[in-house]
Amino acid sequence: MIWDWDYTRDILPDLLRGLVVTVQATLVGSVVALLLGLVFALLRRSSLRAVRIVTGAFVEFIRSTPLLVQLYVLFFVLPTVGITLSGFQAGVIGLGVHYATYTSEVYRAGIEGVPRGQWEAATALNLPASRVWRSVILPQAIPRVLPALGNYVIAMFKETPLLSAITVLEMLAIAKGLGSQTFRYLEPLTLVGLLFLLVSLPASLTVRRLERRFGH
Amino acid sequence: MDTDKADTGKWAETVTVEPPVAREMVRFDKVVKRYGDNVVLRELDFHVAPGERITLIGPSGSGKTTILRLLMTLEKIDEGKIHVDGECLTHTRRGDREITADEKHTRRVRKKIGMIFQQFNLFPNMKVLRNVAEAPVHCLGLSREEAEARAIELLDLVGLGEKVDSYPSQLSGGQQQRVAIARALAMQPKVLCLDEVTSALDPELVAEVLNVLRNVAASTDITMLCVTHEMKFARDVSDRVLMFDKGQIVEQAPPDKLFTQPEHQRTRTFLRALLEEH
Repeated sequence: MIWDWDYTRDILPDLLRGLVVTVQATLVGSVVALLLGLVFALLRRSSLRAVRIVTGAFVEFIRSTPLLVQLYVLFFVLPTVGITLSGFQAGVIGLGVHYATYTSEVYRAGIEGVPRGQWEAATALNLPASRVWRSVILPQAIPRVLPALGNYVIAMFKETPLLSAITVLEMLAIAKGLGSQTFRYLEPLTLVGLLFLLVSLPASLTVRRLERRFGH
Repeated sequence: MDTDKADTGKWAETVTVEPPVAREMVRFDKVVKRYGDNVVLRELDFHVAPGERITLIGPSGSGKTTILRLLMTLEKIDEGKIHVDGECLTHTRRGDREITADEKHTRRVRKKIGMIFQQFNLFPNMKVLRNVAEAPVHCLGLSREEAEARAIELLDLVGLGEKVDSYPSQLSGGQQQRVAIARALAMQPKVLCLDEVTSALDPELVAEVLNVLRNVAASTDITMLCVTHEMKFARDVSDRVLMFDKGQIVEQAPPDKLFTQPEHQRTRTFLRALLEEH
């Protein structure tokens, strides 16, 4: 099999359109994962036992089942109870919730890394709990876990091809479509790999820079 | 008629000048604190008068730091009650029952208490100015401008007026502790707990912190509870020294008396050990 440059030029625009969808799914999924993960982390520290248990069970359940199964449930099962989501919507919700269970652990580690003396000083100053979180704890906890969060965003980016299973036309779905039309898979799949590399490599370097900046 | 009048006047005077609650700023009633099987405080009773400065001394594990931590509500009390400025800190009333204080009640009474820690515990993510101004904005309801103006005054008072824009990590230990003093004072506490505030400092930085505290003691009427090994400081500022051992008060007396003629053998051995250490 010989590399066909003309074919490469022909399919590149289609694949780049797929890359845009991939990046969009990653960005929206990240927002869901980063926000919901923090919510999970805070709920798991709730003073109400029931809230802690329910959140803990949900997080454990999501983390211990495959993302692909969750995507299928969102896309194929929810319509049977009257909730119809587009592939993209189901995809970003699935990715976001799944990765939120990982980021919640990262936040937890960051929160527990804040020295006890900080909580005590906040108590001694009589700051209300919501203010303690916003002004004292999270501004110290989040910077030091930014690299770990960044790594999960990159991991999520690399898992977006799963969305092809629920009809989202991201890069891999487009490459597969092209391949099945022309019976040439070498160029589209190689390009998909290269395009992933093109995004994730600089992203990894950025995370490494964050690591250096925030220490540990 | 005249006597009646005189009596009413006298009565009114007693009520306004000397309300009964003000006799004791802090009162511990049969306070018990355990860590597992280890009883740190056993039915401890003591009180501190308004404006009084007391120093708690004793071997480590004698419970003296625990007293400050209970008062600051950093630890939960196991039995007994603590009163501050005539209000119960640890309990509140619901109907005619007395229950453990909830968050709202605790915050209301705790407003009267401040604490300075051995490890300073400044907020490293905030500049010095915000470290001092943050709580007054959110707990005393001051505007940001007002709180910052007062913070600058307090920072001037502790000699750090030019450090408002520094981060705590850019300051020496002594400077950090002085910021912590300003931060505690910004909340206008009636009671101040000082928990070994110079123990984490290099020896040459101890004096600057103690001098600031001497000034605070001289220029305010804040009630102070001080755990320290600085006997000279204790002698200078305190009205009363309490010697603790095994969660109970061994003896208490004005510093001149306790340091020169202690009555108990336990106090004598403790003071001797302390002298040898220095």
